[in-house]
Amino acid sequence: MDYLDQLENKSIYIIREAYYQYKKLAMLWSIGKDSTTMLWLARKAFFGTVPFPIIHIDTTYKFPEMYQFRDKYARDWQLNLMVTRNEEALKRGVGYETHDAFTCSHELKTVALQQTIVKENLKAMLVGIRRDEHGIRAKERYFSPRTIDFKWNYNDQPPELWNQYKSKLGKETHVRVHPLLHWTEIDIWRYAKRENIPVNKLYFAKDGQRYRSLGCKPITKPIKSNADTVDKIISELETIKDPERAGRLQDKEQANTMEKLRSLGYM
Amino acid sequence: MNKNHLNFVIVGHVDHGKSTLIGRLLFDTGFIPQVKIDEVKSVCEALGKQFEFCYLMDYLEEEREKNITIDTTQTFFKTDRRDYVIIDAPGHKEFLKNMITGTSLAEAAILMVDAAEGIREQTKRHAYILNLLDVKQLIVAVNKMDKVNYQRARFEEIKKELLSHLAALNLEPNYVIPISAYQGDFIEHKTENLNWYNGPTILEALDSFKTLAKTQELPLRLPVQDKYREIIVGQVETGVLNQGQEVIIMPAGIKATVKEIKKWHEEKNRALDGENVGLILDTADIERGDVICQTNQLPTVTTNFKATVFWMSPAGVKTDETFILKLATQEVPAKIKKIHKLMDSSSLEIITDRADEIRETEVGEVEIVTEKPLVIEDFNYMHQLGRFVIVKNEDIAAGGIVDVK
Repeated sequence: MDYLDQLENKSIYIIREAYYQYKKLAMLWSIGKDSTTMLWLARKAFFGTVPFPIIHIDTTYKFPEMYQFRDKYARDWQLNLMVTRNEEALKRGVGYETHDAFTCSHELKTVALQQTIVKENLKAMLVGIRRDEHGIRAKERYFSPRTIDFKWNYNDQPPELWNQYKSKLGKETHVRVHPLLHWTEIDIWRYAKRENIPVNKLYFAKDGQRYRSLGCKPITKPIKSNADTVDKIISELETIKDPERAGRLQDKEQANTMEKLRSLGYM
Repeated sequence: MNKNHLNFVIVGHVDHGKSTLIGRLLFDTGFIPQVKIDEVKSVCEALGKQFEFCYLMDYLEEEREKNITIDTTQTFFKTDRRDYVIIDAPGHKEFLKNMITGTSLAEAAILMVDAAEGIREQTKRHAYILNLLDVKQLIVAVNKMDKVNYQRARFEEIKKELLSHLAALNLEPNYVIPISAYQGDFIEHKTENLNWYNGPTILEALDSFKTLAKTQELPLRLPVQDKYREIIVGQVETGVLNQGQEVIIMPAGIKATVKEIKKWHEEKNRALDGENVGLILDTADIERGDVICQTNQLPTVTTNFKATVFWMSPAGVKTDETFILKLATQEVPAKIKKIHKLMDSSSLEIITDRADEIRETEVGEVEIVTEKPLVIEDFNYMHQLGRFVIVKNEDIAAGGIVDVK
């Protein structure tokens, strides 16, 4: 088995395990490359027919290309697609035109997800995060229990070893399952190439720019790039040093020069 | 894609330099994002200071404490030889369970020891766990050599003490390397500071390691994970499965023939170790927890076996207390019948004043009794069916390794 096979097999094992342990299970599909890869792996795990709902949390601010992509593959792959929105917040007028990125992200994504979990009585959610994406995600477990307000006690997580995962909920309300935790960005592209997984055209360079990570349109910026094929993206990533989510504004930390100065031990 | 991958864990006593080494490995191999380095450089410039690695480390450390962007756990780097994943084992609080969770995924380990402080409590505990989990590829890094003026005598002294301690645990490190992660001595670069040392750098030592041993030569074991209508799914843990092969389903001992091996969009007539496949047998008499085996070389089937158990949860366990034992896809109620030997995993001292309870961070040699027959193997012969977890209150509370020699 080569490295991509190893990644694939581990993910398939986890997806099947999640389905065995938690029948009230759903998968989050953000239409990006990672969750589309996860969806592909689920199709493999269940021989073409995914036996649980695929949820798209729709902030209503996604790129038109993302909605088109979603609808095409939901149809082609005969998915049990469930599109949910925080209608209450949208009615109140929460949106990027009038609110900051943090509020929008919280109301239109996090709260929308909470509402869906309660409404559908979900016990487990498959989520396509990866360890290398963001520092804090490196601390994650494959099966990560959460309270309803999504609190994650990363300092005191249950141990996880030898393909044994948290299989029953205790006091927690649901468990996040992360089948792609061990993948890196370049792994995703190499696998997409090998498997011929459809990829949204926004990822490919046009007029010297491409999107490396996809989120809500008003807060997602392209990077400079001439990579207009999967092969070129792979070569680009082999040399790139900037973090993947540099174009995702909600991730930007509040720059605080004072703290940075202090961290150097001078003040 | 000819390059391979190796997972390794960095362990050692708190403050002996684990995160500095991670920072240094990433820095020397060019894997700290340029934006981070630029930020620190610009602050240094504003203060009229020259950029130094230690400023970068302090900065990353500060960020880590505030949980903003934990770049020291941005744990991927590569050399010309292969790609590496550094497994983030423990954080500041040295939880045994984090150490074990990390180490259970590792193919190799670096044990850090402070050249000034020498062997400390967690040095011993971590070494013990490395041996328990059978991590055989080991580098001992004697760090902070700069703090002891790069003295050869001090290095030799610590090395001697360490080797004798590790030998008592049946551990034989492949390398003992003097380094300074802070100054960058013998991580990637051989430096003049340690000109008396002729061995490899940390990166050279890592590059010499092998990826996980092949499990193909072992007899076939395929624990059944689930059943989707007539398709049985599971991971071939060891051995090889062929279409048309006669197999035996354990623990029941029912013989069956493999009619089809299924994978989505793939024609298959054989499945190798590590592969997750679907298969169709000529019997429906099979369920999760059963283990598909080859008809010769059968596993042990028993309700009573010896094991070494390491306890990771604040709530301990009493003898005769029922818990759930999970081994591969098997899950059975079980209990500890007798504790033969009990040890404190930090001091490695034998506990003699009690033989009816195992508490957090303790390790026990025990006798386990299960309610139903379990399919097992000796851990040292076959890891995959020789290790289990104990579940209490819906969380994994302990790990264990099977001893059926």
